[in-house]
Amino acid sequence: MSRWHKAALVGNPNAGKSALFNALTGARQKIANYPGVTVEKRAGRMILPNGAPIELTDLPGSYGLQATSPDEEVTRKVILGELAGEPAPDVLVIVLDASNLEQHLVFAQEVIALGKPTVVALNMIDLAERDGLVLDPKALSNALGVPVIPTVAVRRRGLAELGEAIAQAEGHAGDAPHPRARLDMAERRMEAHSIADGVIISESAKHRLHSRMDDFLLHPWLGPVFLLALLFVVFQAVFAWAAPLQDGLEGFVGLISDGVKAEMATGLLRDFITDGVLAGVGAVVVFLPQIIILFFFILVLEATGYMARAAFLMDRMMAGVGLSGRSFIPLLSSFACAVPGIMATRSITDPKDRLTTILIAPLMTCSARLPVYAVIIAAFIPNRPVGLVGLQGLVLFGLYVFGIVGAMVVALILRRSVTKGAASGFIMEMPKYQLPRLRDLGLGLFQRGWIFLRRAGTIILQVNIVLWLLLNFPQAQKGQDQVDASFAGHIANGLAVALKPIGFNRDIALALIPSMMAREVAVSSLATTYAVAAGDDDTTAHQLSDQLQKHWSLPTALAFLAWFVFAPQCISTIAVTRRETNGWKWPAFMLAYLFALAYVFAGITYWSAIALGF
Amino acid sequence: MPDSVMTLDKLPVGKNARIVAVDWAALVEEEALRLRALGVDVGSKLSVSHRGVFGGADPLALRVGRMTVALRRAHARAMQVAVLENGL
Repeated sequence: MSRWHKAALVGNPNAGKSALFNALTGARQKIANYPGVTVEKRAGRMILPNGAPIELTDLPGSYGLQATSPDEEVTRKVILGELAGEPAPDVLVIVLDASNLEQHLVFAQEVIALGKPTVVALNMIDLAERDGLVLDPKALSNALGVPVIPTVAVRRRGLAELGEAIAQAEGHAGDAPHPRARLDMAERRMEAHSIADGVIISESAKHRLHSRMDDFLLHPWLGPVFLLALLFVVFQAVFAWAAPLQDGLEGFVGLISDGVKAEMATGLLRDFITDGVLAGVGAVVVFLPQIIILFFFILVLEATGYMARAAFLMDRMMAGVGLSGRSFIPLLSSFACAVPGIMATRSITDPKDRLTTILIAPLMTCSARLPVYAVIIAAFIPNRPVGLVGLQGLVLFGLYVFGIVGAMVVALILRRSVTKGAASGFIMEMPKYQLPRLRDLGLGLFQRGWIFLRRAGTIILQVNIVLWLLLNFPQAQKGQDQVDASFAGHIANGLAVALKPIGFNRDIALALIPSMMAREVAVSSLATTYAVAAGDDDTTAHQLSDQLQKHWSLPTALAFLAWFVFAPQCISTIAVTRRETNGWKWPAFMLAYLFALAYVFAGITYWSAIALGF
Repeated sequence: MPDSVMTLDKLPVGKNARIVAVDWAALVEEEALRLRALGVDVGSKLSVSHRGVFGGADPLALRVGRMTVALRRAHARAMQVAVLENGL
């Protein structure tokens, strides 16, 4: 094989494409965006049974070539070779859900009619068997005129055969266009039914497990109770389960720091490594366990099919503020990070609906706020039980609720003013319930964890180095405080004047400057600030609590928490909003309204706390 | 039987029905396309399996073939269905 060949997986949403993609490519994946648009491109290297490597792309799930969303638009363009810089795939692999043939064959016929080399993966055949369906892949192959390979991605069944079929399909282009090319949607649907009828050998009327699960999970009042309980468990777990892992990581960073101190001579370089680099990155990296735990739950909810049920349950409530249940998934993802959340809004077909969701996504408490919340809560909120739960967990839950309520009110106002438009709809397929695949979960967690670490290792490290330089230069004269003498001190002095009415001291003003990059930087820069201010080599990140208690009052701490519920301190969110809305108008609007809310609510919190005598 | 024809939003949970007419003009174009792509079209056999929580009836979950499709009452109102008494 002389050139790098390309194959693409196409199919309806919920056909098990991603699981098949993971099974075929393993960990050899690259996730990026398609040029010019913001649809996620998942590509990976697959080794054919003859040893030849090909590039396999997992195209966004699609119901037809007539696009109704940006995702479907990308799929159509890639298949037809119309996307600039993206050569058309040499082989198309249509992924069908074996237990939903009459639906999935509609799009399959449309793709086969293009006359490109095509292979069909009759996927999730085990689930079809569980549902009492017996299928005849040969008959399907005869009806469609292309090879059909039964696969079970999870059990790695049929993968070698599929690879073989892809290898053979290559070069078999140019077969006469299929006679069904001119069918319209209704005709294709009838054809799909008759093909499916011919392929289904027998069908026993087994009671399907998932309809019984729906009877409980979509129950008018048990459903929402279950959802709320589930969300509460998730947030308690994020706080409680992560603690021992965090202690371990903190200890590890402390060991490295001690090692550096033992090996190196006292001086500016040693201070730079321990106070600048290790204190900064260490304070952020310790929050990896919380992020992994939260993503674990989100990935499980997605993989099991529960996420769509949550959207169904939430639709009426979302409709109340002018959104749809579809916004629930992007907004729930925003609890991990607003960046993937905002990117997930691409599945929302209504543009006004989508814009509103993007604008309120930063109000969902993302994982980057957790380090900030966790440090402040640990330092200022006593860890005593309130009923069955701890007060600290309760305060954290309250901050999440505060963000959600704020988002709902903002959505309501936006939908009546800047994003006014027709009421949006809610039409979505509810996938079958499935057990999550450990391998896919592991891969997803690894990819998210890696993205976070890379951020901690690059942006946050750079920001901390700059901050450390700003804090240490110019060097203080004898008897003068280093922070006062530094560049950062002068910038913060100006900012502190504006922030004084909401109870923020100059250390906070100083921390807010670099945390424009990312919220979690606030923690590391506070750690750096106090480490430098104390002039004490032993002061590292894990002693931040004591420092905060020494320098902050309780009203200030509470105001700081309120500030971070709203403040858009994340350069990545701003950047992704610019990209998703194609201009600076909406990110500028987002910055302005969120900073205004942050200022107002931090002020209200501060003065209320003082009035209540805290 | 004219009395067994009704708009989809009135169809009781669990009753099988067939769509006999759709007022496509009442729907946004993308929504009409998506509904048809999901197999909700004139001639489709379906039943209502669940109804939404708050406010009682919105949204609706339909069984269409082997799929469950969620849509709003506003969409269901645009569809006329004939009840199939013996599940045909």
